[in-house]
Formats: sequence, C-alpha cells, structure tokens
Amino acid sequence: MASQKIIAVYLFAKLTKYNSGKAVALSHGGIWASETGGENPALLINRPRPAGRGSPPLADMPEDPRMKSRYSIFSLARNALNYHKDWERAWRSPEPKAEYDAVIVGAGGHGLATAYYLAKNHKLTNIAVVEKGWLGGGNTGRNTTIIRSNYLQDASIAIYELARSLYEDLSQELNFNVMFSPRGLLMLCQTEHEFRALKRTSHANRLAGLDCRMITPEEVKRLVPIVNDDPACRYPILGAYYQPRGGTGRHDAVAWGYARGADSMGVDIIQNCEVTGILRDGDRVTGLETTRGTIKTKKIGVVTAGHVSTVCQMAGVRLPIESVCLQALVSEPIKPVIDCVVMANTVHGYISQSDKGELVIGGGADPYNNYSQRGSFPALEHTVTALVETFPIISRLRMLRMWGGIVDMTGDRSPIIGLTPVEGLYVNAGWGTGGFKAIPGSGYVFADTIANGRPHPIAEPFGLHRFIEGRLVDESVAAAVAH
Amino acid sequence: MLLITCPVCGAEGDETDFHAGGEAHIKRPATSDPGNISDAEQRDYLFMRKNPKGLHFERWRCDRGCGKWFHAARDTVSLRFRAFYRVTELPPRDLMEQATGEWREFFKDKLAQGESRS
Ligand SMILES: Cc1cc2nc3c(=O)[nH]c(=O)nc-3n(C[C@H](O)[C@H](O)[C@H](O)COP(=O)(O)OP(=O)(O)OC[C@H]3O[C@@H](n4cnc5c(N)ncnc54)[C@H](O)[C@@H]3O)c2cc1C
Ligand SMILES: [Zn+2]
Repeated sequence: MASQKIIAVYLFAKLTKYNSGKAVALSHGGIWASETGGENPALLINRPRPAGRGSPPLADMPEDPRMKSRYSIFSLARNALNYHKDWERAWRSPEPKAEYDAVIVGAGGHGLATAYYLAKNHKLTNIAVVEKGWLGGGNTGRNTTIIRSNYLQDASIAIYELARSLYEDLSQELNFNVMFSPRGLLMLCQTEHEFRALKRTSHANRLAGLDCRMITPEEVKRLVPIVNDDPACRYPILGAYYQPRGGTGRHDAVAWGYARGADSMGVDIIQNCEVTGILRDGDRVTGLETTRGTIKTKKIGVVTAGHVSTVCQMAGVRLPIESVCLQALVSEPIKPVIDCVVMANTVHGYISQSDKGELVIGGGADPYNNYSQRGSFPALEHTVTALVETFPIISRLRMLRMWGGIVDMTGDRSPIIGLTPVEGLYVNAGWGTGGFKAIPGSGYVFADTIANGRPHPIAEPFGLHRFIEGRLVDESVAAAVAH
Repeated sequence: MLLITCPVCGAEGDETDFHAGGEAHIKRPATSDPGNISDAEQRDYLFMRKNPKGLHFERWRCDRGCGKWFHAARDTVSLRFRAFYRVTELPPRDLMEQATGEWREFFKDKLAQGESRS
C-alpha cells in the first residue's frame, strides 16, 4: 500500500505543473478535506477502502450543509404512512434570472456534477444550469452505466479513477441512492494479441495503483458461468483482465442526485431552455441567448455532449469532434445469470444484468455522423451476433427496447476539458461512448477549472492545446467497443 | 438503414455494402507546401472536423462493388442522402448553396469562381 501511494503521488506530480500546496487548496471542500487543509488529491486515487463491498463508515462523512430534509429510513416510513403524497419536490423549477456568475449549458451528468461542485467546493451558488429538454434526458439517461477506470494512459487513469473512487460513496455524499454496484468488470481476451494488449494495460494500471489483475480461463468460467468456454470456438477465451471494483450505477439517479444536491445549495436548474446564441464582447463572453430570454454571465461551461460542436460554433469556436449515434438494447427480464460486467472487445459487445433482470447490451458506434438519436440496424445486429457467440445461452432471448444517443467523438477518444480561445468560455465534452463512469471526477475538476480560470491539474492534459502540440491522450486502441 | 448508390459503378446497396470514410474535401496541407505548414494547419487537417447538424458532405467507399471512393451529401438529422458525386467533383451547385456554417464558408469562393471540381 505504501509503495502504491508513492507511485500515485509520483503520477500526480507528473501530471501537474502546479505546486502541490496549491493543488491541495483547490481540492478543498471535497470529502477528503479535513480541518488541517485536506489531503493531497493524488491520494484520491488510492484512498484505502474498507474490505468487501460495503461503503465507508458514516463517521467519515462531513456534516451535510444542505437545508433539504434528508432522505432516510424515517422519512420513508413517515411518507409511507401518508401514502407517499407529501414528498417534497427534489428540485425547484425556477425562472431564469437576468444574470448569473456562471452558467452551465447542458443538464446531463457532467453539467449537473459541475454545478454541484461549483456550489459545494467553490461556494459559487449564483449559478444556473440550462437544459434544452429535461435533465438527464441526453446520453446520461441512455447509457449502459459501465463504471471502470482501466485506461492505458496515466492522465486517463488519474481522472477515471478519481471518478470511480468518488462513485464509491456518492450515495452518501448526495443523500441519494445512485446504486453504485462495484460488481467486478472483466475484459475478455479472445485473441493472442488482445491478451498481450490487456496484459500491458493491467501492468500500467497496477503501476498507477489500480486494483486489477489478469485472470485465467478457469477463473473467467467461475465468475461468468454462462460464457462459452469451448476452446475450439472461433474466439476462445484465453483469459481476462479483471477490475474487481469496476461495475455499474443507476444513470438517472446520478443525474437526479447531483441535481437535487446542486438545487439545495441554490443553483437554478432551468429545464426546457435551449441555448440559441452566445453573446460576446470581442474575445470574451458576456451572456447567452436562450428560448427563455437573454441571460448575462461572464463564465459559460458548455457540457452538451453530441451538441457541443453546434453550441461552441455559436461563439465561433471549432472543435475536433464528430457526433455519431451509439445504441444499446435490453432483453426481456430473466433470472440472474450474470453478476458482473463482461466486455468482449474483439467481437464488439458487452453485457451486464440489471436488478430487474434485463440483460443490458451494448457494442460499437455507428460509423457516420448522426444527430437523429436513431441508429442503424446493422450495428445492433453486429453487437447481438458477438454476444450470442460469447454467451450461447442468450440466443433465444427476446429484446425489449433499443435506443440511441448522440455521442461526441474526438480523434484520440479522450475528452476535452478546459479553456477555449474565447475568454470565459469553457468546454467539457468529447466523452464519446464512455463518459458516464467519469461524471463525478469530471464535474470535480471542471468546477475547479471554471472557478479558478485555469485547468485543474488532472484536467490539464485534456486541454484543446494537445491537438496542436501532438500530445494526444490516445485511448483509441484501449478498448474496441464503446462504453 | 441507409440506402446508397455508387456514382462510379452504379451499384446499389445499404450501409453494410459501403464504407463510411468521414468528412469530404479535406486537403492535406503538406502535399502542396511541405516546408511551410504551421502546427495549427496540421491540427486542422488531422483533427478538426466539420460536425454540422443538417447537410453534410462525406466520403464513402464502394466496398462490395467497384471499390472506388466517392462523395456523398447527406443530412445528419433526416439521414437522407441528397446526392452522390465522384471523388474529384464538388457537390451539385444547389447543395453548395444550401450548406450552412463551416460548409457555407468552405464553398463560398468555389461558388464565386464557378468551380465544379474539388
Ligand atoms: C448507448 C450508450 C451507451 C453508453 N454506455 C456507457 C457506459 O456503459 N459507460 C460509460 O461510462 N459511458 C457510456 N456512455 C457514454 C455516456 O452516456 C456519456 O459520455 C455521458 O452520459 C455524457 O454525459 P454529458 O452530461 O456530457 O451529456 P448528456 O447527458 O448528453 O447531457 C448533455 C445535455 O445537453 C443538452 N443540450 C444540448 N444542446 C443544448 C442547448 N443548445 N441548450 C441547452 N441544453 C442543450 C442536452 O439536452 C443534454 O441533456 C454511453 C452512451 C450511449 C449513448
Ligand atoms: Zn461502385
């Protein structure tokens, strides 16, 4: 453990150009802060966890600053007696004010988490989140909820593991059950090449202090009894990469929990309010045109996923992003057959089982630009074919629903977090097919970036400058399926 | 399902018979002036992409027909193809006129000069 901590600190030092004293101050107010000034954020990555799957003891938690009455077993009992007629609203529906200190565009998980941490960690409460539809109705409400942090590059590991570790006690932090379920995640090795690539990833991950290991075909079969272990099949299982504390969460609850938390600290979440223009005075932003009037502000955070190009274009900012459709589907509910997440990158499919019993299935994105939230049939067929080959038992299942979301793809498959050439305009996008897992960490560092007008050390490698400097954070080969 | 017609050999098929090749009409700056490329130009070439909500211009390949690359104009909201044209050509004039945003900028001087080849 001690040596892992040293490596984590080293990793952090490599990532940041700021002195650690400053960085510590920046992370202040998070759940790791203590009276003495908080811990080094690098230790977020390696925060010791209690053994087993439980959450840390409640005594660890700071006092809840919110006025909202807390959800608890007692409030549940009280409301049950009233036939659940008197629950207070989880958030207000305010009219937009004429001016805010900052406005976040897009009430997906990333936008809401950003607003939450702006209010909580940086005491910016005269802020708004504007959303063209309903909150959480974009990709956040459409994803297959895989949470993992086994990326290849150090910069990626830092942000995804910050997010994953925040997920561990997010339900307590938000007083809202986000159903984080670290049920274990497997990436199957179905070719020699894939075996070597994942072994390399697991070495990189272990050096960074992640809890992961390679497992044998026998262990795979024990963890996933329904997997096809026929050594003569087209893509036999040669082993797997295993991250025991990867898993899933409840997508809507993450959006709702952050929304309720932000709202209770005074953040205005304004739904049915589409941004139609960005007002500028020379090289700086001065406000927004929306379908509910003009809003003045000096700081705008654009967090609109598939619509990030169209919104940034309103300020004349071009982005290295293309929008494509990613689909997913669920089967009819069945008895429990799989209690972990399994990804099969070679054949392009992944699977987990929801608490309702539905198999949640995803695969690759459609190959062409698309804003229609309607994907193609061949992409779905490809995914299902892959999974039937890997899990023959599911071949006769009927599928209940399928849907698509418009995801924002960058060339190196890493996000863009940070400043833009226009002063006061910040962007957090490019999470593409895999940003649900990143929501808490992304909101945490983006809030810090907006509040201080410079990138948070963990966000710094993800700035727009990397495309000019050729300093890509290349994750395009790290996983061939989208999740 | 996208329905596609190859403007070279006339083959018809769906998207599985063709290969999507991304944004059309991109020129590699280093080809014309290798000694004089700024980092920003190289970034634009490699990574910046037009990402319109609406009329878009793309490259596709006739995978199971003649194997040639060609161009297509397609709406990214309705997903309807508006035109197929050869890889050396610019889009039909009326589509260049309908283009918006960055594509409008791109086609501006081509329209003014009455060009039809890319
Ligand atoms: C099918 C599918 C499966 C996925 N599976 C996984 C997975 O297993 N694990 C994982 O980690 N990630 C997954 N992802 C990716 C993940 O869903 C996204 O990266 C993440 O949800 C993005 O969150 P966001 O807050 O940035 O965007 P969104 O949730 O899309 O929020 C953006 C919001 O901006 C709003 N908006 C857009 N334009 C405007 C405007 N002009 N004015 C105001 N508001 C505007 C939209 O209405 C939307 O609500 C998946 C995605 C899809 C589509
Ligand atoms: Zn052809």
